[in-house]
Amino acid sequence: MTTALPVLVLMTSLVPAAITFFLAQDSHTLRNTLQLGGAVLKLGLIVWMLFAVAGGAAYEAEFPLAPGLVVLLRVDALALLFISLSATLWFLTTIYAIAYFGTKAELSRFFGFFSLCVAATTGLALSGSLISFFIFFELLTLSTWPLVAHKQDKPSLAAARVYFAFALPGSAALLWAIIWLESATGPVLFTEPPDLSGLDPAALRAIFALFIIGVGVKAALVPLHGWLPAAMAAPAPVSALLHAVAVVKAGAFGVVRVVYDVFGAENMTALGVGTPLAIVASFTIVWGSVRALQQDEIKKRLAFSTVSQVSYVVLGAALASPLAMIGGLVHLIHQGLMKITLFFCAGIYDERAGIKRIDGLNGMGARMPLTSVCFSIGAMGMIGLPPLAGFVSKFYLGLGALEAAAPWVLVVLLASTLLNAAYFLPLLYRLWFLPAASNATGDERAPGLVGPAVITAAAIVGVGVLAASPISPLGWATLIVTRGYGP
Amino acid sequence: MIALIAGLTLPLLAALASIALPLRARVPAALLGVALTLIASLWLAVEVWHNGPVALLLGGWPPPIGIALQADGLGAALGVMTALVMVGVALAARVELAPSVAGARASFGFWPLMLLLWGALNAVFVSRDLFNLYVGLELITLTAVALVAISGKAQAIAAALRYLLFALAGSLLYLAGVVLTYAAHGTLDITLLATRAPAPGDALALGLMTAGLLAKTALFPFHVWLPPAHSAAPAPASALLSALVPKASLLIVLRLWFEAMPDLAAPSALLVLASLGAIAVIWGGVLALVQKRLKLIVAYSTVAQLGYVFLVLPLAGGDGAAQPWAAGAWTGGIFQMLSHGLAKAAMFLAAGIYLAAVGSDRLGDLRGQARALPMTGFAFALAAVTLMGLPPSGGFTAKYLLMTAAFASGQWAWAFVLVGGGLLAAAYLYRPLAALFAREVARTPRPISRLWQAVPLVLAALSIALGLLSAVPFDFLQIGRPDQAAEGL
Repeated sequence: MTTALPVLVLMTSLVPAAITFFLAQDSHTLRNTLQLGGAVLKLGLIVWMLFAVAGGAAYEAEFPLAPGLVVLLRVDALALLFISLSATLWFLTTIYAIAYFGTKAELSRFFGFFSLCVAATTGLALSGSLISFFIFFELLTLSTWPLVAHKQDKPSLAAARVYFAFALPGSAALLWAIIWLESATGPVLFTEPPDLSGLDPAALRAIFALFIIGVGVKAALVPLHGWLPAAMAAPAPVSALLHAVAVVKAGAFGVVRVVYDVFGAENMTALGVGTPLAIVASFTIVWGSVRALQQDEIKKRLAFSTVSQVSYVVLGAALASPLAMIGGLVHLIHQGLMKITLFFCAGIYDERAGIKRIDGLNGMGARMPLTSVCFSIGAMGMIGLPPLAGFVSKFYLGLGALEAAAPWVLVVLLASTLLNAAYFLPLLYRLWFLPAASNATGDERAPGLVGPAVITAAAIVGVGVLAASPISPLGWATLIVTRGYGP
Repeated sequence: MIALIAGLTLPLLAALASIALPLRARVPAALLGVALTLIASLWLAVEVWHNGPVALLLGGWPPPIGIALQADGLGAALGVMTALVMVGVALAARVELAPSVAGARASFGFWPLMLLLWGALNAVFVSRDLFNLYVGLELITLTAVALVAISGKAQAIAAALRYLLFALAGSLLYLAGVVLTYAAHGTLDITLLATRAPAPGDALALGLMTAGLLAKTALFPFHVWLPPAHSAAPAPASALLSALVPKASLLIVLRLWFEAMPDLAAPSALLVLASLGAIAVIWGGVLALVQKRLKLIVAYSTVAQLGYVFLVLPLAGGDGAAQPWAAGAWTGGIFQMLSHGLAKAAMFLAAGIYLAAVGSDRLGDLRGQARALPMTGFAFALAAVTLMGLPPSGGFTAKYLLMTAAFASGQWAWAFVLVGGGLLAAAYLYRPLAALFAREVARTPRPISRLWQAVPLVLAALSIALGLLSAVPFDFLQIGRPDQAAEGL
């Protein structure tokens, strides 16, 4: 069982993917059953693993491809954190996507790549070595491309082209960094950080920079973020996948792996690369917020908000203090919950009321109350109002900044909070306080769309209120850091 | 042993049958020959896997009196790849080159030429004698030139003539080198040559033979004949020409530099060859980027993809052969040959499907075909993944192994070629993919049978599988490898 389980978890999305590609467009029932069945099965397996790993069990599976090229799947606490996020949100996004697409065209292709994308994310979360991480990272790029291009209209294809143009040089940098490092240290496993003492510090700094460039494209670090706002041309479930479940999360997760499992906090401090990374992250946080403020389209505003929010995770890793690390890790989950809620709602506004721009939201609170409540909870969480999810992350990041003797970070957090308020509160004001346009339409008679949004919105409240419980994301993040991920 | 003989004789017999038998029996006879030769190639590989290299002394005489044939891991692996491509091509050609579609001339000529080519390729894969290799190479050239010209169009004939000119010049150079070698050593057996003390004329002989082989492999700057020739032929023929034909001369280059005369591999010579390979990667990629026709893009991509293999020379050849990374680098080069063969055949066969469906391979006319022919589009995309060198594909395993060796040996400049070439491939293959994926449909396609569509998909999937399951082929290639290095890194 110890080797079979990680493979089984991977198969829960790989097998539906493989079958779905060959299904006829109109076999809706079979396709939906496959998708949901895989998602439920995966959730079950992960819950099992959660209990086992909390009790100290370890799962590992290995597939040698060539000397040095070994795919290693390994379940550790950090992997579980990421995988439980993606599995939960995948399940909800699947429900949402089935409702969203209904009987539109090319669904077998869509859900095939959708599952493949989640399989790649799963593999990436479970990767126990750098090269396996790279392989799944690339698989993620390849499987996301058809999703971004799904509508096949001009903006989607342009977005897909931009995505590729950013992602591929990024992966080239990542591969370069991995092979450069491994040529000196041998294959890098995440369980045993490599011995870097024999390497030239200048070379190590260059390798670190290449790593950050490589994963930073997906984490949308400024100036590598250009693809993410462009990709809002994709359908709403894809946006949810890009922003919350898979892609940017893979980048942020990669930063955490590189910082803690490859370099280690001590080496990072010794090399003096932590502070520059924190500065890049801080700049991204502020810049993303400023750009979000300038957008009139809802999805575009949300996209720039993601650019900003994901860098909280990077910032937490870069500060190299245990509390900041907890804050960053927990934000990996919290940001996912909040952003997926917002994108679910944006999709509902678009689908059910044809609202794409901010001024369309006027007075929609009365017409679409459930959606608007969920949207408001997500937005307030993003701003960081207690006791919602965003507050917990920011609180720990702030404490961590003080612990790391970097009080300037507090200014960044404060500025970000103000900017978040500046670009989200007008939306809430429009929703609840402005009168609706005379020709406004819209309803919420779509349980498959609204249901997932309600669940994730409830989760935003839940993970904030119950943060002190050991099974909350915060509890799990604390477990990870105290188990030795911290410095 | 029987498998080795069968692999050489069956295609020749089938070629004869496909000419001599009555008209109705020709294609079935050819297909039977294809099936039997496939079995022979697989059987040979199984034999090599279990018992090590399979050797055969013709007439029972050992070299230098007799001629030795030997199937090692390298030869048998190329044999299997060739067999897979041949089967795919045969299945596609059955429809594509049917007399009613391609005319009597092409359908009559294709089957014997294809089978002769297969026999000649198998001969090159197992020959241990430089003159024997020459004979095989000549047979390959003649059938390949005929395949280019098979449509009889003026443009095809012109391309074929240009190809013939380059190939004959290459043959003469190679033959001159063989003569010099024989004069100095009194043998042409590769195994024996490796044990002989170097003679003064060896460097010249090696240089002449290599130059001749480069002309046939279309390495930069001898690449000019390749794109017109490969794109002028009918698609199944193009698949053979691009996926298989250059691999024969490339294999002989490897045999010469790693097995026959490894002592002569001076660093400067290796550097020159690898630099030409690097230029081919970049220049081939740049030219592929500006083409407007799918077949030309795919053909220029061959120029680029073959260039990678030459990086093996400085990474695993000469002094590097004894280093721990040599096994990885050498195997990486072979992986590149294998995965390129499968992926390129898939691409040309896909191009053939598009030609049959919309009557053109201009990118503008191919717009929107992904929806009408999803399997073909998927096949093209999978093959593109291999050529870009992205995981999980055979192309990635190849690049990973070469790149690891480049860093381990401190020659990391070659890593720029590997990474840059990959990005360039992504750029030039993105254009056809984007066109296929566009929403508006430029031309309404003629329906294409699903079986035909499945052929390139299977070949492309095999090139991916080569990466997913690369442990077994990796070990297989080590069988009978020039054994100077420790295993892997």
